[in-house]
Amino acid sequence: MTSHTTPLEYKSHQSQMNILGFWVFLGAEIVLFATLFASYFVLEHNTAGGPGGGADIFVLKDVLIETFLLLTSSFTSGLAIHAMRNHDKKGLLLWMIATLLLGAGFLFMEINEFLHFIHEGATIQTSGFTAGLFTLLGTHGAHVTFGIIWISLLLVQLVRRGITEKTSSKLFIASLYWHFLDVVWIFIFTFVYLKGMVM
Amino acid sequence: MSLDEFFVTGDPMILASQIAIALTMVGLVALITYLKRWKWLWSEWFTTVDHKKIGIMYILAGVLMFFRGGVDGLLMKAQTSRPEMGILDAQHYDEIFTTHGVIMILFMAMPLLIGIMNVVIPLQIGARDVAFPKLNALSFWLFFVAAMLFNISFVIGGSPDAGWTSYFPLAGKEFTPGVGNNYYAISLQIAGIGTLATGINFVVTIIKMRAPGMSWMKMPIFTWTTFITSIIIVAAFPIFTVALLYMSLDRLFGTHFFTVAAGGDPMLWLNLFWLWGHPEVYIVVLPAFGMFSEVIATFARKNLYGYKSMVYAVAGIAFLSMLVWVHHFFTMGNSAAVNSIFSLTTMMIAIPTGVKIFNWLFTLRKGRIEFSTSMLWALAFIPCFTIGGVTGVMLAMAAADYQYHNTMFLVAHFHYVLIPGVVFAVFAGLYYWWPKMFGFKLNEKIGKWHFWLFVIGFNLTFMPMFFVGLDGMSRRMYTYAESTGWGCMVRLLSSWFLNNGSWFRCTCLQYLLEFPLCVTESRK
Repeated sequence: MTSHTTPLEYKSHQSQMNILGFWVFLGAEIVLFATLFASYFVLEHNTAGGPGGGADIFVLKDVLIETFLLLTSSFTSGLAIHAMRNHDKKGLLLWMIATLLLGAGFLFMEINEFLHFIHEGATIQTSGFTAGLFTLLGTHGAHVTFGIIWISLLLVQLVRRGITEKTSSKLFIASLYWHFLDVVWIFIFTFVYLKGMVM
Repeated sequence: MSLDEFFVTGDPMILASQIAIALTMVGLVALITYLKRWKWLWSEWFTTVDHKKIGIMYILAGVLMFFRGGVDGLLMKAQTSRPEMGILDAQHYDEIFTTHGVIMILFMAMPLLIGIMNVVIPLQIGARDVAFPKLNALSFWLFFVAAMLFNISFVIGGSPDAGWTSYFPLAGKEFTPGVGNNYYAISLQIAGIGTLATGINFVVTIIKMRAPGMSWMKMPIFTWTTFITSIIIVAAFPIFTVALLYMSLDRLFGTHFFTVAAGGDPMLWLNLFWLWGHPEVYIVVLPAFGMFSEVIATFARKNLYGYKSMVYAVAGIAFLSMLVWVHHFFTMGNSAAVNSIFSLTTMMIAIPTGVKIFNWLFTLRKGRIEFSTSMLWALAFIPCFTIGGVTGVMLAMAAADYQYHNTMFLVAHFHYVLIPGVVFAVFAGLYYWWPKMFGFKLNEKIGKWHFWLFVIGFNLTFMPMFFVGLDGMSRRMYTYAESTGWGCMVRLLSSWFLNNGSWFRCTCLQYLLEFPLCVTESRK
């Protein structure tokens, strides 16, 4: 079923299954985040006298920087896979490192944002609203953290083994994961921040 | 922390269990050392990635948990056999009905079914193994660790005691401050991750590893039901993951997801729990339907009647299973419109299920039926499960449900669905596929004793519950007064003690005794 135009990461049957399996896993992740979003919507207005959403605690400028960092990192991870398809190990490595740095920048901003929330009196224990908010953002942030560790380890493998059938399929899967986190963030940006600021 | 805070003390039954556990552990270690089997155990079983061996380990663990959950059931029945019995106090009774429910669903039904899937699916589709053998082993060990963690709760720290549904606010730290419910939150989380991985594994295995020429509509029906079940697992388990995360945060870190104060919402837990919990019912019952279809077609010596309609029915049930969760709490403040909609969706499930029942009956029609033990289980399943299904439709009518809600009628209903639907199926499947696992057939004579004792005992145990339920006896009551008038029904119920004991003991003895017996027989 594989021809010479088949990308390297799809060459072996096991790699094809790994990629399909990861898509199915992403399906489960969508359900997971959908549940987090739904719960957040249920709890959104239950501020119990503590700080509410919107103008109370959200800082538009910081959120915008986070958004640009994460969206750009998704773009650079795409460039990395493009380099991988061209068997350009150096390009792959550099774009992936750029992705990781942008991801780390995002995390730094997000941790600062959490500290800001806490400073404003909105801790995870304050109300139903803050519990939903911190868990939704925190689960996304934990995924980004895991992604950074995972891709770093894959890059070690890449440096040692080069672009092989195995390393390419692993990096391809990691890039799917990274794009997925970006998609989740777009929903967070829209339905948590914009909705919270505007409505 | 002093030692008596760590261990549960003060109850002679639990003390006996603690001593028994310690002695069993020492005995096992001594036995394995004496037989010099450690290395063999490690390399052949503990580290195996072979689908059949993993399947067998799942089945063994499931039988073990069946024993634990069954003892819980026996204790509950002993306690409620007469008015004002004193075998268990209220707290102990609460713990036992909670662990009975959790263990029977998540640590008995799930591993037995997943075990049979593991053994059978690669063989049915002509694959060497599942798509991700190492992940498969990881799934098993996550499940096993979770089961053990959950089980030690009754001797260390105390068992969860808020019901297998663990509704908030009762399950919150305000009303259940002990560590018991943390066992629930954490061990089910671990088991759930293992199950999710199994679901992904089987979706990919069935899509990508079928033998050449086996198109979708040529797949064996058990493969179909496993495939659809795996999809439900992927779609439903993450919801439970989130719900349990919230529960852990509420209980351990003082958040307010489900509390009544500070803006929490206890109904959020109920919705999330049943958004997973109802599909979970179909996760355990659909593979069982697949096994019955295989067994009935084989022993009626006919092709399965209406193969395509079977596939569509399973897919339909899977879809509808996601749309009925509110019927678990009709009485908890929904509007009439919401209740009506969920009444309708619930009753709609009876349609594809009815299609399946008629297909099985038409497969039997004019067949040359062979009454083998596994066929007997399948034949007994049809009427018993129909009773469970029809009473389910009764419960589905929201207005009437105000009468049935949380009574023994409901308890009888779901035991009539799950025991024929899952336990009978597992027995049918084990008798049917046993030679594929161990290379010999189980003894038919003992099998028939097993069958008749179990089926008669099952009906005698649960049939009276319908009547005491309609008479107003609510579930989860640790005792009741003589003046309730349930006495006469319950006298009937107390006959269950013997029956229940016999069907249950028989099942366990079956596996304990028959296995070495048959091994020696087959070696002659």
